[in-house]
Amino acid sequence: MHCLLVLIDLLAVLLPQNLNKLNNFSYSAWKRRQPTSLPPSPNKRSALKSRCLLTTVQKAYKRSWKFHQDPEHPYTLEELKVVTEDSIEVNDKISNVRVTFTPTVEHCSLATTIGLCLRVKLMRSLPSHYKVDIRVAPGTHATEAAVNKQLNDKERIAAALENPNLMYMINRCLEPTYYY
Amino acid sequence: MELLDGELELRVIQKLEGHTDRVWGLAWNPAATGVTGMLASCSGDKTVRIWQKGPSGSWDCSAVLEDTHARTVRSCAWSPSGKLLATASFDGTTAVWEHVGGEFECVATLEGHENEVKGVSWNASGSLLATCARDKTVWIWEAQPGNEFECVSVLQGHTQDVKMVQWHPFLDVLVSVSYDNSVKVWTEDGDDDWHCVQTLGEASSGHTSTVWALSFNSVGDRMVTCSDDLTLKIWDTSQNPSETSGDGCGSWSHLCTLSGYHDRTIFSVHWSREGLIVSGAADDAIRLFTESKDSLVDQPSYKMLVKKEKAHDMDVNSVQWNLKEPRLLASASDDGTIKIWELSEVSK
Repeated sequence: MHCLLVLIDLLAVLLPQNLNKLNNFSYSAWKRRQPTSLPPSPNKRSALKSRCLLTTVQKAYKRSWKFHQDPEHPYTLEELKVVTEDSIEVNDKISNVRVTFTPTVEHCSLATTIGLCLRVKLMRSLPSHYKVDIRVAPGTHATEAAVNKQLNDKERIAAALENPNLMYMINRCLEPTYYY
Repeated sequence: MELLDGELELRVIQKLEGHTDRVWGLAWNPAATGVTGMLASCSGDKTVRIWQKGPSGSWDCSAVLEDTHARTVRSCAWSPSGKLLATASFDGTTAVWEHVGGEFECVATLEGHENEVKGVSWNASGSLLATCARDKTVWIWEAQPGNEFECVSVLQGHTQDVKMVQWHPFLDVLVSVSYDNSVKVWTEDGDDDWHCVQTLGEASSGHTSTVWALSFNSVGDRMVTCSDDLTLKIWDTSQNPSETSGDGCGSWSHLCTLSGYHDRTIFSVHWSREGLIVSGAADDAIRLFTESKDSLVDQPSYKMLVKKEKAHDMDVNSVQWNLKEPRLLASASDDGTIKIWELSEVSK
Protein backbone atom coordinates (compact mmCIF):
# COMPACT_ATOMS: atom_id res chain seq x y z
CA MET A 1 0.00 0.00 0.00
CA HIS A 2 2.88 2.33 0.74
CA CYS A 3 3.75 2.78 -2.87
CA LEU A 4 0.18 3.42 -3.85
CA LEU A 5 0.31 6.33 -1.41
CA VAL A 6 3.42 7.66 -3.10
CA LEU A 7 1.61 7.25 -6.38
CA ILE A 8 -1.33 9.27 -5.12
CA ASP A 9 0.94 12.07 -3.88
CA LEU A 10 2.42 12.29 -7.33
CA LEU A 11 -0.99 12.05 -8.94
CA ALA A 12 -2.06 15.17 -7.08
CA VAL A 13 1.01 17.01 -8.22
CA LEU A 14 0.73 15.83 -11.79
CA LEU A 15 -2.89 16.75 -12.37
CA PRO A 16 -3.85 17.86 -15.89
CA GLN A 17 -3.18 21.51 -15.17
CA ASN A 18 0.46 20.67 -14.52
CA LEU A 19 0.97 18.20 -17.34
CA ASN A 20 2.24 20.77 -19.80
CA LYS A 21 5.37 20.98 -17.71
CA LEU A 22 6.31 17.37 -18.40
CA ASN A 23 8.75 17.02 -21.25
CA ASN A 24 10.26 13.58 -20.80
CA PHE A 25 7.24 11.76 -22.17
CA SER A 26 8.12 8.62 -24.11
CA TYR A 27 5.92 8.20 -27.15
CA SER A 28 7.13 4.71 -27.96
CA ALA A 29 6.44 3.57 -24.43
CA TRP A 30 2.96 5.00 -24.70
CA LYS A 31 2.28 3.26 -27.99
CA ARG A 32 3.15 -0.10 -26.53
CA ARG A 33 0.50 0.06 -23.85
CA GLN A 34 -3.07 -1.20 -23.97
CA PRO A 35 -5.92 1.32 -23.66
CA THR A 36 -7.50 1.72 -20.21
CA SER A 37 -10.85 0.23 -19.44
CA LEU A 38 -12.43 3.55 -18.50
CA PRO A 39 -14.68 5.23 -21.08
CA PRO A 40 -12.42 6.53 -23.84
CA SER A 41 -11.45 10.18 -23.57
CA PRO A 42 -13.16 12.22 -26.25
CA ASN A 43 -9.94 13.26 -27.88
CA LYS A 44 -6.45 11.87 -28.34
CA ARG A 45 -4.82 14.67 -26.34
CA SER A 46 -6.77 13.76 -23.23
CA ALA A 47 -5.91 10.06 -23.64
CA LEU A 48 -2.29 11.02 -24.06
CA LYS A 49 -2.40 13.03 -20.88
CA SER A 50 -3.85 10.16 -18.86
CA ARG A 51 -1.25 7.74 -20.16
CA CYS A 52 1.51 10.23 -19.64
CA LEU A 53 0.37 10.76 -16.10
CA LEU A 54 0.36 7.06 -15.37
CA THR A 55 3.77 6.43 -16.93
CA THR A 56 5.45 9.24 -15.04
CA VAL A 57 3.81 8.22 -11.80
CA GLN A 58 4.94 4.64 -12.23
CA LYS A 59 8.53 5.73 -12.90
CA ALA A 60 8.40 7.75 -9.70
CA TYR A 61 7.13 4.84 -7.65
CA LYS A 62 9.90 2.59 -8.93
CA ARG A 63 12.45 5.19 -7.85
CA SER A 64 10.89 5.62 -4.42
CA TRP A 65 10.82 1.85 -3.87
CA LYS A 66 14.61 1.85 -3.68
CA PHE A 67 14.36 3.89 -0.49
CA HIS A 68 11.64 1.95 1.22
CA GLN A 69 10.86 -1.67 1.68
CA ASP A 70 7.97 -3.42 3.40
CA PRO A 71 9.73 -5.42 6.15
CA GLU A 72 7.16 -8.21 6.04
CA HIS A 73 7.79 -8.87 2.38
CA PRO A 74 11.31 -9.09 1.05
CA TYR A 75 10.10 -9.16 -2.54
CA THR A 76 9.51 -5.97 -4.46
CA LEU A 77 5.95 -4.78 -4.83
CA GLU A 78 6.25 -5.46 -8.56
CA GLU A 79 7.15 -9.10 -7.95
CA LEU A 80 4.23 -9.39 -5.56
CA LYS A 81 2.03 -7.62 -8.10
CA VAL A 82 0.57 -5.44 -5.32
CA VAL A 83 0.83 -2.47 -7.63
CA THR A 84 0.21 -3.37 -11.24
CA GLU A 85 0.22 -1.26 -14.33
CA ASP A 86 -3.50 -0.60 -14.02
CA SER A 87 -3.45 0.55 -10.43
CA ILE A 88 -4.51 4.09 -11.09
CA GLU A 89 -6.71 5.00 -14.01
CA VAL A 90 -7.37 8.63 -14.66
CA ASN A 91 -9.91 10.22 -16.95
CA ASP A 92 -9.41 13.89 -16.36
CA LYS A 93 -12.07 14.83 -18.89
CA ILE A 94 -14.76 13.53 -16.57
CA SER A 95 -12.63 14.03 -13.43
CA ASN A 96 -12.63 10.33 -12.66
CA VAL A 97 -10.01 8.29 -10.83
CA ARG A 98 -10.16 4.57 -10.26
CA VAL A 99 -7.70 2.89 -7.93
CA THR A 100 -7.28 -0.87 -7.99
CA PHE A 101 -5.24 -2.45 -5.25
CA THR A 102 -4.28 -6.02 -4.53
CA PRO A 103 -4.19 -7.20 -0.93
CA THR A 104 -1.16 -9.43 -0.44
CA VAL A 105 -3.21 -12.29 0.98
CA GLU A 106 -6.58 -13.45 -0.35
CA HIS A 107 -8.26 -13.33 3.04
CA CYS A 108 -6.54 -10.17 4.12
CA SER A 109 -8.81 -8.66 6.74
CA LEU A 110 -7.09 -5.36 6.32
CA ALA A 111 -8.45 -4.93 2.81
CA THR A 112 -11.24 -2.60 3.93
CA THR A 113 -8.87 -0.60 6.11
CA ILE A 114 -6.34 -0.28 3.30
CA GLY A 115 -9.10 0.86 0.98
CA LEU A 116 -10.24 3.41 3.55
CA CYS A 117 -6.72 4.80 3.88
CA LEU A 118 -6.52 5.12 0.11
CA ARG A 119 -9.84 6.95 0.04
CA VAL A 120 -8.75 9.45 2.68
CA LYS A 121 -5.45 10.00 0.91
CA LEU A 122 -7.26 10.64 -2.35
CA MET A 123 -9.76 12.97 -0.71
CA ARG A 124 -6.92 15.05 0.66
CA SER A 125 -4.89 15.02 -2.53
CA LEU A 126 -7.41 15.60 -5.30
CA PRO A 127 -9.72 18.56 -5.98
CA SER A 128 -13.10 17.98 -4.33
CA HIS A 129 -15.03 17.54 -7.56
CA TYR A 130 -13.11 14.39 -8.55
CA LYS A 131 -15.07 11.15 -8.52
CA VAL A 132 -13.10 8.30 -7.02
CA ASP A 133 -13.78 4.58 -7.27
CA ILE A 134 -11.71 2.14 -5.26
CA ARG A 135 -11.70 -1.59 -5.70
CA VAL A 136 -9.62 -4.64 -4.96
CA ALA A 137 -8.07 -6.16 -8.07
CA PRO A 138 -10.55 -8.71 -9.47
CA GLY A 139 -9.86 -12.23 -8.29
CA THR A 140 -7.56 -11.26 -5.46
CA HIS A 141 -9.81 -11.35 -2.44
CA ALA A 142 -12.27 -13.87 -1.05
CA THR A 143 -14.99 -11.32 -0.28
CA GLU A 144 -14.14 -8.93 -3.10
CA ALA A 145 -17.72 -7.82 -3.80
CA ALA A 146 -18.44 -7.10 -0.13
CA VAL A 147 -15.22 -5.10 0.30
CA ASN A 148 -15.81 -3.11 -2.89
CA LYS A 149 -19.39 -2.33 -1.88
CA GLN A 150 -18.30 -0.92 1.48
CA LEU A 151 -15.45 1.07 0.02
CA ASN A 152 -17.76 2.75 -2.48
CA ASP A 153 -20.71 3.50 -0.17
CA LYS A 154 -20.29 7.21 0.48
CA GLU A 155 -22.53 7.25 3.54
CA ARG A 156 -20.75 4.31 5.20
CA ILE A 157 -17.38 5.95 4.51
CA ALA A 158 -18.58 9.27 5.94
CA ALA A 159 -19.83 7.58 9.11
CA ALA A 160 -16.61 5.58 9.49
CA LEU A 161 -14.49 8.69 9.16
CA GLU A 162 -16.37 10.27 12.07
CA ASN A 163 -14.94 7.56 14.29
CA PRO A 164 -11.99 9.16 16.13
CA ASN A 165 -10.15 5.89 16.76
CA LEU A 166 -10.32 4.94 13.11
CA MET A 167 -9.18 8.40 12.00
CA TYR A 168 -6.22 8.25 14.37
CA MET A 169 -5.10 5.00 12.81
CA ILE A 170 -5.63 6.26 9.27
CA ASN A 171 -3.71 9.46 9.97
CA ARG A 172 -0.80 7.47 11.35
CA CYS A 173 -0.73 5.30 8.24
CA LEU A 174 -0.76 8.38 6.06
CA GLU A 175 2.00 10.28 7.82
CA PRO A 176 4.59 11.07 5.12
CA THR A 177 7.45 9.79 7.30
CA TYR A 178 5.68 6.45 7.50
CA TYR A 179 5.97 5.66 3.85
CA TYR A 180 8.73 7.80 2.40
CA MET B 1 -51.50 14.27 -16.49
CA GLU B 2 -51.06 16.43 -19.56
CA LEU B 3 -48.23 18.74 -18.87
CA LEU B 4 -46.47 21.45 -20.70
CA ASP B 5 -46.14 20.72 -24.39
CA GLY B 6 -43.04 22.73 -24.97
CA GLU B 7 -39.44 21.96 -24.11
CA LEU B 8 -38.78 22.18 -20.41
CA GLU B 9 -35.84 23.44 -18.44
CA LEU B 10 -34.80 23.80 -14.83
CA ARG B 11 -33.78 27.29 -13.92
CA VAL B 12 -31.93 28.20 -10.72
CA ILE B 13 -33.89 30.63 -8.59
CA GLN B 14 -31.36 30.84 -5.80
CA LYS B 15 -28.33 29.11 -4.30
CA LEU B 16 -28.51 28.79 -0.52
CA GLU B 17 -25.18 28.83 1.24
CA GLY B 18 -24.47 28.52 4.92
CA HIS B 19 -23.77 24.91 5.77
CA THR B 20 -20.07 24.21 6.34
CA ASP B 21 -20.15 20.58 5.25
CA ARG B 22 -22.10 18.44 2.76
CA VAL B 23 -25.89 18.77 2.86
CA TRP B 24 -27.47 15.34 3.16
CA GLY B 25 -31.21 15.96 3.31
CA LEU B 26 -34.05 18.39 2.68
CA ALA B 27 -37.67 18.68 3.72
CA TRP B 28 -40.31 21.19 2.70
CA ASN B 29 -42.73 22.15 5.46
CA PRO B 30 -46.15 20.85 4.38
CA ALA B 31 -48.04 23.55 6.24
CA ALA B 32 -46.16 26.64 5.07
CA THR B 33 -48.31 28.24 2.41
CA GLY B 34 -48.38 31.21 0.12
CA VAL B 35 -45.28 33.29 -0.28
CA THR B 36 -43.61 32.08 2.88
CA GLY B 37 -42.38 28.61 2.02
CA MET B 38 -40.17 26.88 4.58
CA LEU B 39 -37.40 24.41 3.91
CA ALA B 40 -35.32 22.41 6.38
CA SER B 41 -31.86 21.13 5.46
CA CYS B 42 -29.53 18.85 7.42
CA SER B 43 -25.80 18.51 7.11
CA GLY B 44 -22.50 16.88 7.97
CA ASP B 45 -21.79 20.05 9.95
CA LYS B 46 -24.13 18.61 12.65
CA THR B 47 -26.73 21.34 12.19
CA VAL B 48 -30.13 21.74 10.64
CA ARG B 49 -30.93 25.01 8.89
CA ILE B 50 -34.37 26.47 8.27
CA TRP B 51 -34.78 28.58 5.14
CA GLN B 52 -37.70 30.88 4.48
CA LYS B 53 -38.76 33.04 1.62
CA GLY B 54 -38.76 36.62 2.83
CA PRO B 55 -40.98 39.51 1.76
CA SER B 56 -38.35 40.52 -0.82
CA GLY B 57 -38.79 37.15 -2.47
CA SER B 58 -35.37 35.79 -1.63
CA TRP B 59 -34.68 32.80 0.58
CA ASP B 60 -32.84 33.42 3.83
CA CYS B 61 -31.69 31.21 6.66
CA SER B 62 -34.12 31.98 9.48
CA ALA B 63 -32.79 29.49 12.05
CA VAL B 64 -29.86 27.18 12.75
CA LEU B 65 -30.63 24.17 14.92
CA GLU B 66 -27.34 23.34 16.56
CA ASP B 67 -25.69 22.03 19.73
CA THR B 68 -27.98 19.04 19.82
CA HIS B 69 -26.61 16.40 17.54
CA ALA B 70 -23.04 15.27 18.14
CA ARG B 71 -22.51 13.99 14.60
CA THR B 72 -23.79 14.36 11.04
CA VAL B 73 -27.53 14.98 10.75
CA ARG B 74 -28.51 12.65 7.94
CA SER B 75 -32.21 13.15 7.44
CA CYS B 76 -35.09 15.41 8.47
CA ALA B 77 -38.86 15.24 8.17
CA TRP B 78 -41.73 17.55 9.08
CA SER B 79 -44.87 16.24 10.76
CA PRO B 80 -48.03 16.62 8.63
CA SER B 81 -49.11 19.62 10.76
CA GLY B 82 -45.80 21.33 10.05
CA LYS B 83 -45.31 22.06 13.76
CA LEU B 84 -42.73 19.36 14.48
CA LEU B 85 -39.46 18.53 12.76
CA ALA B 86 -37.73 15.20 13.34
CA THR B 87 -33.99 14.98 12.66
CA ALA B 88 -32.02 11.73 12.40
CA SER B 89 -28.32 11.67 13.20
CA PHE B 90 -25.23 9.48 12.99
CA ASP B 91 -24.98 10.00 16.77
CA GLY B 92 -27.69 7.32 17.11
CA THR B 93 -30.47 9.66 18.18
CA THR B 94 -33.49 11.24 16.55
CA ALA B 95 -34.41 14.70 17.81
CA VAL B 96 -37.88 16.21 17.59
CA TRP B 97 -38.09 19.99 17.38
CA GLU B 98 -41.15 22.10 17.93
CA HIS B 99 -41.67 25.20 15.89
CA VAL B 100 -43.27 28.01 17.92
CA GLY B 101 -43.20 31.57 16.60
CA GLY B 102 -39.91 31.89 14.77
CA GLU B 103 -38.14 29.66 17.27
CA PHE B 104 -37.29 26.00 17.35
CA GLU B 105 -36.91 24.01 20.52
CA CYS B 106 -35.80 20.42 20.91
CA VAL B 107 -38.71 18.79 22.72
CA ALA B 108 -37.73 15.13 22.53
CA THR B 109 -34.72 12.91 21.89
CA LEU B 110 -35.41 9.37 20.74
CA GLU B 111 -32.72 6.90 21.67
CA GLY B 112 -32.46 3.21 21.06
CA HIS B 113 -30.72 2.55 17.78
CA GLU B 114 -27.31 1.00 18.21
CA ASN B 115 -25.58 3.15 15.65
CA GLU B 116 -26.11 5.77 12.91
CA VAL B 117 -29.75 6.66 12.29
CA LYS B 118 -30.23 7.21 8.58
CA GLY B 119 -33.89 7.96 7.96
CA VAL B 120 -37.00 9.32 9.61
CA SER B 121 -40.59 9.58 8.41
CA TRP B 122 -43.99 10.60 9.83
CA ASN B 123 -47.17 8.76 8.86
CA ALA B 124 -50.07 10.61 7.24
CA SER B 125 -51.83 11.44 10.51
CA GLY B 126 -48.68 12.36 12.43
CA SER B 127 -49.41 9.73 15.08
CA LEU B 128 -46.45 7.52 14.18
CA LEU B 129 -42.78 8.16 13.51
CA ALA B 130 -40.47 5.61 11.88
CA THR B 131 -36.68 5.61 12.06
CA CYS B 132 -34.08 3.33 10.47
CA ALA B 133 -30.39 2.76 11.09
CA ARG B 134 -27.22 0.88 10.20
CA ASP B 135 -28.17 -1.60 12.95
CA LYS B 136 -30.49 -3.18 10.30
CA THR B 137 -33.65 -2.30 12.22
CA VAL B 138 -36.61 -0.01 11.74
CA TRP B 139 -38.21 1.44 14.86
CA ILE B 140 -41.79 2.68 15.09
CA TRP B 141 -42.59 5.33 17.67
CA GLU B 142 -46.01 6.51 18.75
CA ALA B 143 -46.53 10.21 19.37
CA GLN B 144 -48.17 10.81 22.71
CA PRO B 145 -49.45 13.92 24.49
CA GLY B 146 -46.82 16.30 25.76
CA ASN B 147 -44.37 15.51 22.97
CA GLU B 148 -43.63 12.09 24.41
CA PHE B 149 -42.69 9.30 22.06
CA GLU B 150 -42.97 5.64 22.88
CA CYS B 151 -41.32 2.91 20.87
CA VAL B 152 -44.06 0.46 19.88
CA SER B 153 -42.09 -1.86 17.65
CA VAL B 154 -38.58 -2.78 16.52
CA LEU B 155 -38.74 -4.28 13.05
CA GLN B 156 -36.07 -6.80 12.15
CA GLY B 157 -35.67 -8.40 8.79
CA HIS B 158 -33.17 -6.46 6.77
CA THR B 159 -29.77 -8.12 6.67
CA GLN B 160 -27.87 -4.88 6.27
CA ASP B 161 -27.89 -1.12 6.83
CA VAL B 162 -31.38 0.41 6.29
CA LYS B 163 -31.03 3.56 4.21
CA MET B 164 -34.49 5.12 4.24
CA VAL B 165 -38.04 4.68 5.50
CA GLN B 166 -41.16 6.23 4.08
CA TRP B 167 -44.85 5.91 4.98
CA HIS B 168 -47.55 5.45 2.36
CA PRO B 169 -49.33 8.79 1.68
CA PHE B 170 -52.51 7.71 3.45
CA LEU B 171 -52.32 4.09 4.66
CA ASP B 172 -50.37 3.06 7.75
CA VAL B 173 -48.03 1.04 5.58
CA LEU B 174 -44.29 1.54 5.95
CA VAL B 175 -41.63 0.90 3.32
CA SER B 176 -37.91 0.57 4.02
CA VAL B 177 -34.98 0.31 1.61
CA SER B 178 -31.57 -1.12 2.35
CA TYR B 179 -27.89 -1.83 1.59
CA ASP B 180 -29.07 -5.46 1.30
CA ASN B 181 -30.60 -4.49 -2.10
CA SER B 182 -34.17 -5.06 -0.97
CA VAL B 183 -37.31 -3.04 -0.35
CA LYS B 184 -39.51 -4.23 2.55
CA VAL B 185 -43.17 -3.47 3.17
CA TRP B 186 -44.42 -3.46 6.77
CA THR B 187 -47.96 -3.33 8.13
CA GLU B 188 -49.66 -3.77 11.46
CA ASP B 189 -51.77 -6.77 12.36
CA GLY B 190 -53.69 -4.81 14.94
CA ASP B 191 -52.36 -4.09 18.42
CA ASP B 192 -48.82 -2.92 17.60
CA ASP B 193 -47.96 -6.17 15.91
CA TRP B 194 -45.90 -4.99 12.97
CA HIS B 195 -44.38 -7.38 10.50
CA CYS B 196 -42.95 -7.54 7.02
CA VAL B 197 -45.68 -8.48 4.54
CA GLN B 198 -43.52 -8.33 1.45
CA THR B 199 -39.88 -8.13 0.35
CA LEU B 200 -39.16 -6.76 -3.09
CA GLY B 201 -35.77 -8.28 -3.77
CA GLU B 202 -33.83 -9.36 -6.81
CA ALA B 203 -36.26 -12.25 -7.30
CA SER B 204 -39.17 -9.81 -7.69
CA SER B 205 -37.33 -7.87 -10.42
CA GLY B 206 -35.81 -5.77 -7.69
CA HIS B 207 -32.57 -3.89 -7.47
CA THR B 208 -29.16 -5.54 -7.68
CA SER B 209 -27.34 -3.14 -5.39
CA THR B 210 -28.01 -0.78 -2.46
CA VAL B 211 -31.42 0.88 -2.65
CA TRP B 212 -31.03 4.46 -1.49
CA ALA B 213 -34.48 6.03 -1.59
CA LEU B 214 -38.15 5.63 -2.40
CA SER B 215 -41.08 7.91 -3.14
CA PHE B 216 -44.80 7.36 -3.60
CA ASN B 217 -46.87 9.28 -6.12
CA SER B 218 -49.56 11.55 -4.71
CA VAL B 219 -52.35 8.95 -4.80
CA GLY B 220 -50.21 6.13 -3.43
CA ASP B 221 -50.77 3.61 -6.23
CA ARG B 222 -47.21 3.88 -7.57
CA MET B 223 -43.83 3.94 -5.91
CA VAL B 224 -40.39 4.70 -7.36
CA THR B 225 -37.10 3.44 -5.90
CA CYS B 226 -33.55 4.43 -6.83
CA SER B 227 -30.36 2.49 -6.42
CA ASP B 228 -26.61 2.12 -6.66
CA ASP B 229 -27.38 -0.27 -9.56
CA LEU B 230 -27.99 2.88 -11.64
CA THR B 231 -31.70 2.27 -12.21
CA LEU B 232 -35.03 3.65 -11.09
CA LYS B 233 -37.79 1.12 -10.61
CA ILE B 234 -41.51 1.83 -10.67
CA TRP B 235 -43.77 -0.40 -8.60
CA ASP B 236 -47.52 -0.98 -8.63
CA THR B 237 -48.65 -0.28 -5.07
CA SER B 238 -52.38 -0.04 -5.73
CA GLN B 239 -53.31 -3.02 -3.52
CA ASN B 240 -53.54 -2.48 0.21
CA PRO B 241 -50.95 -4.85 1.72
CA SER B 242 -52.96 -5.15 4.95
CA GLU B 243 -55.72 -6.80 2.96
CA THR B 244 -53.65 -9.53 1.31
CA SER B 245 -54.98 -13.06 1.65
CA GLY B 246 -51.82 -13.95 3.53
CA ASP B 247 -50.74 -16.77 1.24
CA GLY B 248 -47.23 -15.43 1.19
CA CYS B 249 -47.59 -13.59 -2.09
CA GLY B 250 -47.23 -9.90 -1.66
CA SER B 251 -49.61 -7.65 -3.48
CA TRP B 252 -47.15 -5.09 -4.83
CA SER B 253 -45.32 -5.75 -8.08
CA HIS B 254 -42.64 -4.41 -10.38
CA LEU B 255 -43.96 -2.33 -13.28
CA CYS B 256 -40.98 -0.88 -15.06
CA THR B 257 -37.23 -0.19 -14.81
CA LEU B 258 -35.59 2.99 -16.07
CA SER B 259 -32.05 2.09 -16.99
CA GLY B 260 -29.34 3.64 -19.11
CA TYR B 261 -30.04 7.17 -17.90
CA HIS B 262 -27.66 7.32 -14.96
CA ASP B 263 -24.00 6.35 -14.82
CA ARG B 264 -23.37 6.83 -11.14
CA THR B 265 -25.28 6.04 -7.94
CA ILE B 266 -28.72 7.62 -7.65
CA PHE B 267 -29.13 8.93 -4.10
CA SER B 268 -32.53 10.53 -4.12
CA VAL B 269 -35.84 10.34 -5.93
CA HIS B 270 -39.11 12.23 -5.43
CA TRP B 271 -42.49 12.09 -7.15
CA SER B 272 -44.32 15.40 -7.59
CA ARG B 273 -48.06 16.02 -7.29
CA GLU B 274 -48.14 16.47 -11.06
CA GLY B 275 -46.53 13.11 -11.72
CA LEU B 276 -42.97 14.19 -12.41
CA ILE B 277 -40.19 12.06 -10.95
CA VAL B 278 -36.97 13.88 -10.06
CA SER B 279 -33.69 12.09 -9.38
CA GLY B 280 -30.46 13.33 -7.83
CA ALA B 281 -27.28 11.39 -8.52
CA ALA B 282 -23.55 11.11 -7.87
CA ASP B 283 -22.77 12.55 -11.30
CA ASP B 284 -23.84 16.00 -10.04
CA ALA B 285 -26.94 15.93 -12.25
CA ILE B 286 -30.69 16.24 -11.73
CA ARG B 287 -33.03 14.39 -14.06
CA LEU B 288 -36.80 14.54 -14.54
CA PHE B 289 -38.92 11.65 -15.75
CA THR B 290 -42.57 11.29 -16.60
CA GLU B 291 -44.91 8.62 -17.86
CA SER B 292 -44.82 8.72 -21.64
CA LYS B 293 -47.92 9.38 -23.72
CA ASP B 294 -47.85 5.94 -25.34
CA SER B 295 -47.72 4.21 -21.97
CA LEU B 296 -49.97 1.15 -21.65
CA VAL B 297 -52.08 0.32 -18.61
CA ASP B 298 -50.30 -2.95 -17.81
CA GLN B 299 -46.95 -1.99 -19.28
CA PRO B 300 -46.31 1.65 -18.45
CA SER B 301 -43.27 3.36 -19.85
CA TYR B 302 -41.45 6.41 -18.67
CA LYS B 303 -39.19 8.84 -20.44
CA MET B 304 -36.65 11.41 -19.37
CA LEU B 305 -37.89 14.98 -19.76
CA VAL B 306 -34.96 17.02 -18.56
CA LYS B 307 -31.32 16.35 -17.69
CA LYS B 308 -29.63 19.13 -15.78
CA GLU B 309 -25.91 18.40 -15.89
CA LYS B 310 -23.63 20.06 -13.38
CA ALA B 311 -26.67 20.99 -11.28
CA HIS B 312 -24.13 21.12 -8.46
CA ASP B 313 -20.32 20.94 -8.27
CA MET B 314 -20.49 17.61 -6.46
CA ASP B 315 -22.88 14.72 -5.79
CA VAL B 316 -26.57 15.56 -5.44
CA ASN B 317 -27.76 13.92 -2.20
CA SER B 318 -31.37 15.01 -2.03
CA VAL B 319 -34.04 16.36 -4.36
CA GLN B 320 -37.47 17.43 -3.12
CA TRP B 321 -40.45 18.96 -4.88
CA ASN B 322 -42.21 21.77 -3.05
CA LEU B 323 -45.55 20.41 -1.83
CA LYS B 324 -47.60 23.51 -2.65
CA GLU B 325 -45.93 24.84 -5.79
CA PRO B 326 -45.39 21.74 -7.94
CA ARG B 327 -42.90 23.44 -10.27
CA LEU B 328 -40.54 24.41 -7.46
CA LEU B 329 -37.71 22.04 -6.61
CA ALA B 330 -34.91 22.02 -4.04
CA SER B 331 -31.66 20.08 -4.30
CA ALA B 332 -28.86 19.49 -1.78
CA SER B 333 -25.27 18.54 -2.49
CA ASP B 334 -21.89 17.43 -1.19
CA ASP B 335 -20.71 20.89 -2.22
CA GLY B 336 -22.46 22.28 0.88
CA THR B 337 -25.09 24.22 -1.03
CA ILE B 338 -28.82 23.96 -1.66
CA LYS B 339 -30.37 25.18 -4.87
CA ILE B 340 -33.98 26.20 -5.48
CA TRP B 341 -35.08 25.49 -9.05
CA GLU B 342 -38.11 26.34 -11.12
CA LEU B 343 -39.33 24.08 -13.88
CA SER B 344 -40.51 26.14 -16.82
CA GLU B 345 -40.96 26.00 -20.54
CA VAL B 346 -38.11 27.21 -22.64
CA SER B 347 -39.17 30.54 -24.06
CA LYS B 348 -39.27 30.31 -27.82
